[in-house]
Amino acid sequence: MKKLIEVKKIKAYYVLDIFGKQRTVRAVDGVDLDILESSVHGIAGESGCGKTTLLKVLFAAIEPPLRMIDGKVYYLNGMGTIDLYAIDESERKKLRWSFASYVPQGSMSVLNPVLKIKDTFRDFISSHLRGRSKSEAYEMAKEHLKELGLPFKILDAYPHQLSGGMRQRVTIALATVLKPKVIIADEPTTALDVVTQRGVIQLLKDIQSRQGSALVLVTHDMGVHANISDMLSVMYAGKIIEEGRTEELFENPRHPYTQYLIKSLPRFGDRSKRESPPGSPPSLFNLPAGCAFHPRCPFRISRCESEEPPVFKMGESHRVACWLAEG
Amino acid sequence: MTEMLRVLNLTKVFTIGSIFSRAKIVAVNGVSFEINRAEIFTLAGESGCGKTTIAKILLGFEHPTAGIVEYRGRRIDNIKPNERFGLRKEIQAIFQNPFSTFNPLRKVDRYFFEALQNFGIAKEEREAEKIIREKLEAVGVAYEEFREKYPSEFSGGQLQRISIARALLTNPSLLIADEPVSMVDASLRMSIVNLFKDLRDRFGLSVLYITHDLATAYYVSDRMAIMFRGEIVELGPAEKVLQEPKHPYTRLLRDSVPEPDPYRRWTSKVVLAEQEHEEYLRAGCKFAGRCPSAMELCKRESPALYEVDGVKVKCFLYR
Repeated sequence: MKKLIEVKKIKAYYVLDIFGKQRTVRAVDGVDLDILESSVHGIAGESGCGKTTLLKVLFAAIEPPLRMIDGKVYYLNGMGTIDLYAIDESERKKLRWSFASYVPQGSMSVLNPVLKIKDTFRDFISSHLRGRSKSEAYEMAKEHLKELGLPFKILDAYPHQLSGGMRQRVTIALATVLKPKVIIADEPTTALDVVTQRGVIQLLKDIQSRQGSALVLVTHDMGVHANISDMLSVMYAGKIIEEGRTEELFENPRHPYTQYLIKSLPRFGDRSKRESPPGSPPSLFNLPAGCAFHPRCPFRISRCESEEPPVFKMGESHRVACWLAEG
Repeated sequence: MTEMLRVLNLTKVFTIGSIFSRAKIVAVNGVSFEINRAEIFTLAGESGCGKTTIAKILLGFEHPTAGIVEYRGRRIDNIKPNERFGLRKEIQAIFQNPFSTFNPLRKVDRYFFEALQNFGIAKEEREAEKIIREKLEAVGVAYEEFREKYPSEFSGGQLQRISIARALLTNPSLLIADEPVSMVDASLRMSIVNLFKDLRDRFGLSVLYITHDLATAYYVSDRMAIMFRGEIVELGPAEKVLQEPKHPYTRLLRDSVPEPDPYRRWTSKVVLAEQEHEEYLRAGCKFAGRCPSAMELCKRESPALYEVDGVKVKCFLYR
């Protein structure tokens, strides 16, 4: 399978200046990631582990106080390799939404409340495809909604007239109208009801398989990952600590944190006792030395407290950053 | 089994809109259930099904339009504010967002000392500290970590556990937990729901667990009710309701929960309601518009709760 995005050793920190004192929040700290064509790449982790920041880096939406400290992001759009942070902002703007698009968290606040949905579509289309007339843009929006199986009448509605689930689906429709190669979705189903959540996931998966694009899906819901992700990366304190095919990761998790994440999930038909990982996630501006998970890890050895584990390859696509996996 | 709480034909009608365009929304429609001693009872359903309205009525924040609420055989839906105060000692609540439970500019421990003083549980600080230590220990938070701190200094999961400790200060017999885990990370949810089980087993506490998360509901509850558009559509032991769902809506809900197993992915598709508020106003069964096995009868008449196999189901299929 072809790579669409290649991420090499990126570090993106929030550099805050509070009363002359500098504080650095290491939100993304040395992440390597490949996004492959026609696949769903899931990213899991607790809140505050850097998932959203990683997506911002992928989408080139970096604004102060967030800074790219190190590393490269390449877009491979079939015509060559583009170093995302070496090109002009105007060039980046062209790639945004047409090559990679972004479905942000809490899409309630994405849609303009005083514009009808069709006007939002028209604005969006005409600012990206020059020379489209109003009616052409409207036709394009209609065509797209038809493909996605959403009712046309929503075009004439204002955002507040739609339910939360419908608004989320409209946002997804908007983000995919230019047929992007990569769709980046940040917690698209959080705060939605179970049935609606299923509808939204179904829609994302439909678009992804129809357009043959890649879907990067961030959510802390492991059930959703098990259901649609092909590849899964688990983040902890700004790093990817385990990565592999979803089936492989669920069957044979190697990192103690991943093991907790999977074993703590309640399952129907099994009411045996489940345990959450002890303690709480570390703060990103004051990380423990060595492996960031060691204070919560039941299997820690002395080495974990001082040395940060490198990434060990466990097989074809399975990688894990834990000393226990060495040798 | 001792009955702690009995709710009978509870109904709440909200009038919305201005004087020119009034509309009535029946948020809760003839709901009946009871909670026994040392039992975790779950009300589960999607947003807008009326589960939070029920919690508000039980806590006295809303008055029911019709129906009866009894606590240990005594009616509590129409009591005076001063009687309500005594009841607060017995029935305590925890809410969805722990950060809005506490004032951000006030130290969390102040709430604890204040509550003990107001209810006359502790006379002096030493005594109060002893009780607080004990309750914090029950939820797994160290007293030293908790003292002299503002809400923002805790993580969400920790603060939620602290708000449970606060609810336990008065030794309540019934805890009403309204979506207590939906703001907490999935990996830490189990630590909260395990706590409910623990409190039930150790202190004989009854818990009304209100949630939309069926997986944790299955894990903790003894009995549960599924609500849809203000009505209970299925009620029975959690094991039965979720493992052998009978009502078509329960089946839809159950099938929509993503299972954490990559070999059991969704294969079918769901139909979402286009106009949710139409379902409230529907005559007959509220689910008939989306139900795969809807009959003519369902559109005209509202089914009663039929008892099948130890479970009550509001569906004509079980007539």
